[in-house]
Amino acid sequence: MKAHLSRRYLFSASHRLHSEEMSAEENQATYGKCNNPYGHGHNYIVEVTVSGQVDAQTGMVCNLADLDGFIEQEVLARYGHENLNTMKEFAQEVPTTENLCIQIYEIVQRGFLHAHLERVRLEETMMNSFEYRG
Amino acid sequence: MVYLTRKAEFSASHLYHNPEFSPEENRRVFGKCNNPHGHGHNYTLEVTVKGEVDPRSGFVVDLKRLKEVMHREVLDAMDHRFLNKEVPEFLHQIPTTENIAIAIWQRLVTKLDRATLHRVRVYETPDLFVDFYGEA
Repeated sequence: MKAHLSRRYLFSASHRLHSEEMSAEENQATYGKCNNPYGHGHNYIVEVTVSGQVDAQTGMVCNLADLDGFIEQEVLARYGHENLNTMKEFAQEVPTTENLCIQIYEIVQRGFLHAHLERVRLEETMMNSFEYRG
Repeated sequence: MVYLTRKAEFSASHLYHNPEFSPEENRRVFGKCNNPHGHGHNYTLEVTVKGEVDPRSGFVVDLKRLKEVMHREVLDAMDHRFLNKEVPEFLHQIPTTENIAIAIWQRLVTKLDRATLHRVRVYETPDLFVDFYGEA
């Protein structure tokens, strides 16, 4: 039988929303406080959902230790306590939570092969969350 | 179509162990969850049903009835139990969160009169949960 397994992880990072293609006024009008020059930070919660047949031998969709190990190494170690604007994936792209959610989805989609990735949900604050399903 | 979700909590203990595995393999696959005397969780159950809103009552389902069914079929059997020893489904099957969600689905699916079961979600901790939609 097919089940969906979801796991939530926390990391903290900073960003500034600013587009080189916009004037200073347009950046301010578009991004408001998020355009403040030195950036600001969030405690992000990333919720990863994978799916698959429940293995008859283990009772699992995939081994949680594999998922935790992958996310810790490839996502939390990568983004935790970083300034997102300084990272190469955001050299040409504004590190909005939409774009960060897509980046994380693609990392998991490419590298985690023990189960099917259903979605990545990213909470920027308790009030804002974003979800990408590919 | 409207979806309605009802939550409940239960506390239970379990351990992960496959008698077909060697002790070393059990330890490697299940880690601390293989500790021989078990450990416990506060589980949160979310049952989502779907259906058309009844024009007379304005309900998808009578919540009181749904609550009673959840109590009778699930909580009475699993709350404050050692799942491996006291719940029939887990005498020969590992009580992982996946299998608990499937077992709860199977206990509920034929017992709901008006609405259709849509999803069973079981939180083992606030950071780990499984959804089962009755898919083969």
